[in-house]
Amino acid sequence: MSSILIIFYFLSAITLAAAFLTIYSKNPIHSAIYLVICFFSIAGHYLLFNAQFLAIVHIIVYSGAIMVLFLFTIMLMNLNKEDEVHKPRITRLGAIVVFIITSIVLITIFINSKTILGDYDVSGEDFQSIRKLGTVLLNEYMVPFEFASILLLVAMIGVVLLSKKEKTEQK
Amino acid sequence: MNNILNQIGIENYIFLSVLLFCIGVFGVLYRRNAIIVFMSIEIMLNAVNLLFVAFSTYHQDAEGQVFVFFSMAVAAAEVAVGLAILVSVYRNLGSIDIDNLKNLKG
Repeated sequence: MSSILIIFYFLSAITLAAAFLTIYSKNPIHSAIYLVICFFSIAGHYLLFNAQFLAIVHIIVYSGAIMVLFLFTIMLMNLNKEDEVHKPRITRLGAIVVFIITSIVLITIFINSKTILGDYDVSGEDFQSIRKLGTVLLNEYMVPFEFASILLLVAMIGVVLLSKKEKTEQK
Repeated sequence: MNNILNQIGIENYIFLSVLLFCIGVFGVLYRRNAIIVFMSIEIMLNAVNLLFVAFSTYHQDAEGQVFVFFSMAVAAAEVAVGLAILVSVYRNLGSIDIDNLKNLKG
């Protein structure tokens, strides 16, 4: 067993356990912390693929921006208490059944599509350095890149409009 | 590190992504707290991104990683708008239990 395989199993165990604990823990703040651990281990997977750009962007966007947003919302709404009522037992049982069935179906689909995937051949040429990604992003994907900036602008305006307090019109 | 998938195998990454995605589905169905439901959606998005990067390496092609970049931009916008909606729901109802959101039900 090579050392890379051991690193992979270790990271995968952390990812799956942290994702499960995110859902299982009762306190929303603990969920957010476990989600940070899950995101960091996924960034580790990206580093294992030698995709440096995505690893850095993933840490900045998810562990930085999105988690701060989650923690701010939880603390703003004063939700760090454990008084959530469980769903009815039949719904929880249904969730577990859906989990098992979806896993089996998806794994079967992917494994059976192995024949049309083609072979993995290492060409040795550079395809994922930051320089190469920047060239692809700003040549072939120029228009979607600009549309992404418009999307972020529209989302920002929408968030400000949504979370603004409405003035009470009582005189 | 260039022939990473020869040592690990694409099947292992498929198993990991499918399990992560199903944990996300399980979280959406299992919990009532709307913030945890949002976190489950983030977990599902990340599972799909991980599989994109795995197959981008498998085919030695940069376009999968470009697509993951766009998907991250959409996820950031989605989380911001969703949490703003949650804040305004909390202002109106006083809780974010998703079973209480029945105002559109006839």
